[in-house]
Amino acid sequence: MHNFDFAKPATIADAVAALQGDEAQPLGGGQTLIPTMKQRLAAPEVLVSLTHIPDMQGVCTNDAGQLCIGGATTHATVAREAASSFPGLAHLAAHIGDPAVRNRGTIGGSLANNDPSACYPAAALGTGATICTNLREITADDYFQGMFDTALDEGEIITEVRLPIPQAAHYEKFVQPASRFALTGVFVAKYQDHVRVAVTGASENGVFRWADAEAALSQSFASDAVADLSVDPDHMIHDLHASKEYRANLVKVGTMRSVKKAK
Amino acid sequence: MTSISLSVNGKSVSGDVEGRTLLSAFLRENLQLTGTHIGCDTSQCGACVVHVDGQAIKACTMLAAEADGADVRTIEGMENADGSLGVIQQAFQDHHGLQCGFCTPGMVMSAAALLKDNPNPTEGEIREYLEGNLCRCTGYHNIVKAIMAASGQDVSKIAAE
Ligand SMILES: Cc1cc2nc3c(=O)[nH]c(=O)nc-3n(C[C@H](O)[C@H](O)[C@H](O)COP(=O)(O)OP(=O)(O)OC[C@H]3O[C@@H](n4cnc5c(N)ncnc54)[C@H](O)[C@@H]3O)c2cc1C
Ligand code: FES
Ligand code: FES
Repeated sequence: MHNFDFAKPATIADAVAALQGDEAQPLGGGQTLIPTMKQRLAAPEVLVSLTHIPDMQGVCTNDAGQLCIGGATTHATVAREAASSFPGLAHLAAHIGDPAVRNRGTIGGSLANNDPSACYPAAALGTGATICTNLREITADDYFQGMFDTALDEGEIITEVRLPIPQAAHYEKFVQPASRFALTGVFVAKYQDHVRVAVTGASENGVFRWADAEAALSQSFASDAVADLSVDPDHMIHDLHASKEYRANLVKVGTMRSVKKAK
Repeated sequence: MTSISLSVNGKSVSGDVEGRTLLSAFLRENLQLTGTHIGCDTSQCGACVVHVDGQAIKACTMLAAEADGADVRTIEGMENADGSLGVIQQAFQDHHGLQCGFCTPGMVMSAAALLKDNPNPTEGEIREYLEGNLCRCTGYHNIVKAIMAASGQDVSKIAAE
């Protein structure tokens, strides 16, 4: 790993100021960035830690029925603190990687990275979350822009994520056992008048909404409602772990299981 | 270089570190606490698990500078005050929870973190909790058995030896 200067600001304003330099980069839990730097695929000159900023920590609910999660909140904290207010999300957070990864990795880091097989992007898109940064609020539908690509600008940091709390939700993760990421994962959320279905680990374009399933489940929230639908395997990820056809089938199976398990 | 001060196994320590110095390197090289092992160095194997402020983390994937001011516990801090093996360590020995021993420090630290939150885990809970700790020797059964025994549960019905 190349050397860098390390900054540990205590406020969002100080973090934003420290990120002004050309070669500065934010550090969340480091669970993706540190291995990337070891491989010299990233070599920032300044690394700005976001994990000592009290305003970016914690989980709460607001009057609009949203769960608000500080951008530097760890997966372990979400698993614990969202357990009663939003069990579907707590379950998702509790099954990311392994306990040590969950004690460091953060929601902001996961959403900023937008790995095509990561779990949180499915929850953010599957709830229609708002990604709040130091500059603006971005809806999940505008935020995800393809594999490892997001609407974030250079030096922009995720300070908070607000997820509308559904009546029921579940994230069905088919684990890729070596990486512990999702081989394919489906997040289903049922709201009063609509249902959202977001899929990770399947498309070459990263997380996406399965519109046909959303329409069918909005009519009838039962796993049978999607039984006759199918997903086009074109543009699905095809690698040594699974073919595109297999992933397309997993999208449907994962959706049906999520509907059955939603709470 | 930045200077950091922290508590390691109850003792105050300080040292100068580069930005890129990993907590694992600081423990092993600056403090000579070589019980924290480096297996993969890519956050996959869990040989380097230590506790930072009571939470299990992979020391190969945390910067030393991030641990400034923290309370760190390593495998060297798991023995009893008189130098004998701690309960979990002793259970690993009694139940053959190790062969080459390379993964053992991480296994013991993960087990300690689990038992702190869940003093009476089921076999399934132990297996799930150890998802980030890889062992190339034992086949895991005796590790799981050792952790159940360390939690005071009857392990006589668990088949694998
Ligand atoms: C063994 C292992 C298993 C894993 N399994 C899973 C899994 O099952 N599912 C899953 O979803 N993930 C998994 N992960 C990834 C893990 O969840 C990471 O924690 C996460 O992807 C990145 O979060 P981080 O806080 O560690 O970010 P970092 O690694 O610190 O940063 C990642 C990127 O985001 C940027 N960044 C960080 N925080 C912010 C912010 N607040 N605002 C803007 N940019 C920011 C950084 O500059 C960097 O580019 C796994 C990781 C490991 C090592
Ligand atoms: S050495 Fe840290 S996880 Fe393998
Ligand atoms: S005892 Fe050899 S790796 Fe676990």
